[in-house]
Amino acid sequence: MSKQTAEPRSAAGAEEKSSTGVLDDPEVDRQALKQDHDTAKQKQKERLAGLESETLIELYRQMLLIRRFEEKSAEVYSAGKIGGFCHLYIGQEAVAVGALSAIRKDDYVLTSYREHGQAIAKGMSPESVMAELYGKATGCSKGKGGSMHMFDKEVNFLGGHAIVGGQIPLATGVAFAAKYQNTDKVTLCFFGEAAVNQGAFHESLNMAQLWKLPCIYMCENNQYGMGTSLERAMSLRDIAQKACAYEMASEFVDGMDVLAVREATARAVERARKESLPTLLEVRTYRFMGHSMSDPGNYRTRAEIEKYQERDPLKLFSSTLKEEKIVDDKTLQQMDSEIKEQVERAVRFAEESPLPAPEELYTDIYANPIDPSHKS
Amino acid sequence: MPTITIREALNQAIREELARDERVFLMGEEVAAYDGAYKVTKGLLNEFGPKRVIDTPITELGFAGLGVGAAMAGLRPIVEFMTFNFSILATDQIINSAAKMLYMSGGQFNIPIVFRGPGGSAFQVSSQHSQALESWYAYFPGLKVVMPSTPADAKGLLKSAIRDDDPVIFIEQERMYGNKGEVPDDPDFTIPLGVADVKREGTDVTIVARSLMVPVALKAADKLQEQGVSCEVIDPRTVRPLDIDTIIESVKKTNRVVLAEESHPICGVNAEISAEIMERAFDYLDAPVKRVSGADVPMPYAKILENLAIPDVERVIAAVREVAYLD
Repeated sequence: MSKQTAEPRSAAGAEEKSSTGVLDDPEVDRQALKQDHDTAKQKQKERLAGLESETLIELYRQMLLIRRFEEKSAEVYSAGKIGGFCHLYIGQEAVAVGALSAIRKDDYVLTSYREHGQAIAKGMSPESVMAELYGKATGCSKGKGGSMHMFDKEVNFLGGHAIVGGQIPLATGVAFAAKYQNTDKVTLCFFGEAAVNQGAFHESLNMAQLWKLPCIYMCENNQYGMGTSLERAMSLRDIAQKACAYEMASEFVDGMDVLAVREATARAVERARKESLPTLLEVRTYRFMGHSMSDPGNYRTRAEIEKYQERDPLKLFSSTLKEEKIVDDKTLQQMDSEIKEQVERAVRFAEESPLPAPEELYTDIYANPIDPSHKS
Repeated sequence: MPTITIREALNQAIREELARDERVFLMGEEVAAYDGAYKVTKGLLNEFGPKRVIDTPITELGFAGLGVGAAMAGLRPIVEFMTFNFSILATDQIINSAAKMLYMSGGQFNIPIVFRGPGGSAFQVSSQHSQALESWYAYFPGLKVVMPSTPADAKGLLKSAIRDDDPVIFIEQERMYGNKGEVPDDPDFTIPLGVADVKREGTDVTIVARSLMVPVALKAADKLQEQGVSCEVIDPRTVRPLDIDTIIESVKKTNRVVLAEESHPICGVNAEISAEIMERAFDYLDAPVKRVSGADVPMPYAKILENLAIPDVERVIAAVREVAYLD
């Protein structure tokens, strides 16, 4: 994988920029791309065994919902309807959908600031997510968290956290609590590969294995920490190998194949639920957009982007489903228009929702507020 | 009432709350098998077992964050920092996670956790192991910051902190663990957070002091009494939220105030108290507010220099005499 990624370019190479804003690159080998796609599809087809059509269609529907939701987020962000940072999940949909299809409703999920997709896949309504992006009172965090801090206690979605790696010790603690309380709930913690360089990652994995905590560490390796490629930031780039340092089980997973992610997560869930043991999954994926909406992404080559677009998880999965006669074009088109309407409803809900009342500024700071004039 | 040390009072508070509520657990470096680096947690492993009393690796950011996560999922952790100096490594989780979780989740996830341990000046351990960090933590909405100065306060406030539904920074004073005092043995004895205590009543000058400076202020008040000056000593006990009303009432009575603290003066808690007094009691002041603070230097090792860096009885007396225009 690392061999196929472009060499880092120096600032002196800026004149090589093409008119599209990405770096120029040698000819794209389309035949190799097609072969890559076909190999991935063959592997995906082998994973279909034992899965109901209904399940497969639902997985695809969720991925498409996230894709359309994020496209709409980009659109309304560009229109100035939502503020702050906005980190899109386009390209990584198979990770959230595959992983969350392998856990129970009462299992816990914590993640980073690139969270809209995971929030929706965990069962939060697109309405409450979109309203949060709009900073409305009906948002999942009442308009106080925004894009990076979505929470929903009802579905055990314990937040988007916006300091890189900050959610990893938190998730470890949630898993600790689940074990302490003698439940069999597991905790799924998403983070990007750049978080692996933080101390929080290593401190957490050490404790999780030491104390046998039912936590699944799901590293979404999209290969860039903001604009810095993995090659420029990490000495040992096979992240799953880092689990060896803690004697933890680990796997490399193809993050562009929703069924591969689902299977690997299911194995980790089994280990967590039955044996109360953690797992590190390195899920290799790619984000098609910039780091955030303000990032034109000109640190990546066209060839690289095209390569991964050929491995688009939706394209791969729809192609598999069609070839296996599980869906046809008509079904997919109908699904797409239904989802577009669903996303439009979320936007309308957000647009029509009230803004937070000014009094909300001073609520939710303390669970037990202390009146300074109180005397015992 | 039995007379016990602050160390024993804290131990009783933790023991009683562990016994009272299954959700409470204690974790930190050397809290279990070693009985605590300062013996505050002595005997607790034996009594409650390794599920409830947990030795951690030296991994402050990790176990602080683990505690916050456990609190999100319904537990009530007591996280000990061997000293608050090491909490500096954990500030991301204390500030960005514990303090802000309730707010940024729109009121869904409160964090009932106590971060406790010794802070302030210790004995000749130089710059990295001897410092007062309360103004850091007091800066952040979402945190409560408690600093007891007597065994009874230590026990009553720690029990309240453990029962509180918000994150509490509970800073004990490393030099004061052996200080003795009377402590009620009623298991329901608590002291509410956010309420100052008038440690000594007086009429001429108010001295506001917390933690290590309380016994210093009380000694100064005794000596000043002999010089004909009646001092009122107020211990806020909780620096966030601060019981400013009690301080203002006292200043309105005495019209003169000295603020003593062992922390650095810049952006310190007493700078805040001073501003509040200016805003709310300016017309009652007969002299400018006077601060007595730790030296604005990293803590030195040599005893002679260390003594110069920490406010003592003589400096508090001089400050009181200054605001009383006696010299």
